[in-house]
Amino acid sequence: MKVVVDMNKCQDHGQCVFAAPDVFSFDDAGRLAYVADPDDALRDEVEEAADVCPLQAIRIED
Amino acid sequence: MRAPIVVAGASMAGLRTAEQLRAAGWDGPIILIGDESHMPYNRPPLSKEVLAGRATFDSLAFRPRTAVADVTWRLGTKAVRADLDRHLVELDDGEALTYAGLVIATGMRPRRLRCPGPTTGRHTVRTLDDARGLRDALTRPGVRVVVVGAGFIGCEVAATAVALGAAEVTVVDPLPLPMIGPLGEPLARALRDRHEQRGVRFALGTGVTAFEGEDHVTGVILADGSVLAADVVVESVGSVANTEWLDGNGLDLTDGVLTDEHLRVGCRPDVVAVGDIARFPNARYDGVPRRVEHWSIPTDTAKHAARVLAAHLGGTESGLAPFAPLPTFWSDQHDFRLQSFGAPALGKDDIRVLEGDLDGDVLVGYHTDGRLVGVVALGGTAAAAAAARHRAELLKQPALTA
Repeated sequence: MKVVVDMNKCQDHGQCVFAAPDVFSFDDAGRLAYVADPDDALRDEVEEAADVCPLQAIRIED
Repeated sequence: MRAPIVVAGASMAGLRTAEQLRAAGWDGPIILIGDESHMPYNRPPLSKEVLAGRATFDSLAFRPRTAVADVTWRLGTKAVRADLDRHLVELDDGEALTYAGLVIATGMRPRRLRCPGPTTGRHTVRTLDDARGLRDALTRPGVRVVVVGAGFIGCEVAATAVALGAAEVTVVDPLPLPMIGPLGEPLARALRDRHEQRGVRFALGTGVTAFEGEDHVTGVILADGSVLAADVVVESVGSVANTEWLDGNGLDLTDGVLTDEHLRVGCRPDVVAVGDIARFPNARYDGVPRRVEHWSIPTDTAKHAARVLAAHLGGTESGLAPFAPLPTFWSDQHDFRLQSFGAPALGKDDIRVLEGDLDGDVLVGYHTDGRLVGVVALGGTAAAAAAARHRAELLKQPALTA
């Protein structure tokens, strides 16, 4: 599974961090960091993260 | 062929429910009926980025999951009548659909002011077409703007209008402070001050009685007799549920569609309601049914209702605990953000500043019986992050009635 975040859209709401903490996090500077190729076992939580992003900035490519 | 699940309403809640029905195992037909001609799109940017001219429609459109590639979209069409005993929905083109399951997702429309006067020049912000029309009006040079209603949309539109260079922007509301309902007095006062510092004027504690002008609005007459000159009026005075098509089925349609604790409607296991039309009890709090117009609700309700409906149609029970979402909202205005978790409106009798102060970045806590029930941050991203740190605690809480 490949995850792409449009960082031009991202406004640091952090909803993805709640939904999929294994994949998304904030770095020390408060910027979003994420695992671009998470294990397929995490698909449900990554889909949830994509759903709850207020800017709809998260794309899952199979 | 199997009867379909009919999803009445093809906005965010309808789309998410279709996706979640597939995820819950429903592999039969799904028909989505939407009165707008557009595929589902994200509405929050309408009062901000779209008005400001920074977002295109392509950037708003949701990307439906591949699991719903086979659903039928009936756009530019709406449900006009339902006969729930006969499992029938009638469309405005005369067609009648027989359903196996029905999802009520027809949402809200803006409430309109009924005062006398011209209607041209008066705008609402609900749809993409609304936002485009308002942008055209706001970008004319030197416009004077009156925003009626100091809630989420009114405050966001006022901020965007100032940024677009409007000559005057005045927000009118009968209440004494903007967003005082969701925020309570201390934060609403801080919000008003920030707007005023950035060029927004307020006429608070007074309502609108009439509009001036011949064909086009030229002024807004207030209850205290004063008149505000206006080239553009924005009405952001709440919303009305699109329930008329459900009349005659014995449902409780006072303020949306009443549901049970699993979002089922009228004791019918084959009918659910989702999104901001659903008036549901939240098991996390006091169990009083309420409609919630936060952006997170379409997704939360879709997931729960789809599992309940798919299980019923598969001849089983979902086994889910009663629906108990953690409310969350945000609002971007000028250069600051409001970010909330929990239910601040239930704790407005005991409001405490938790971090910072009301003149700067601030985090405010709302309490019931001494217990934190909600937080709201006002300021930059650091304030929003401070609110997020309380989310886990708010999620852990047992119900108030427990």
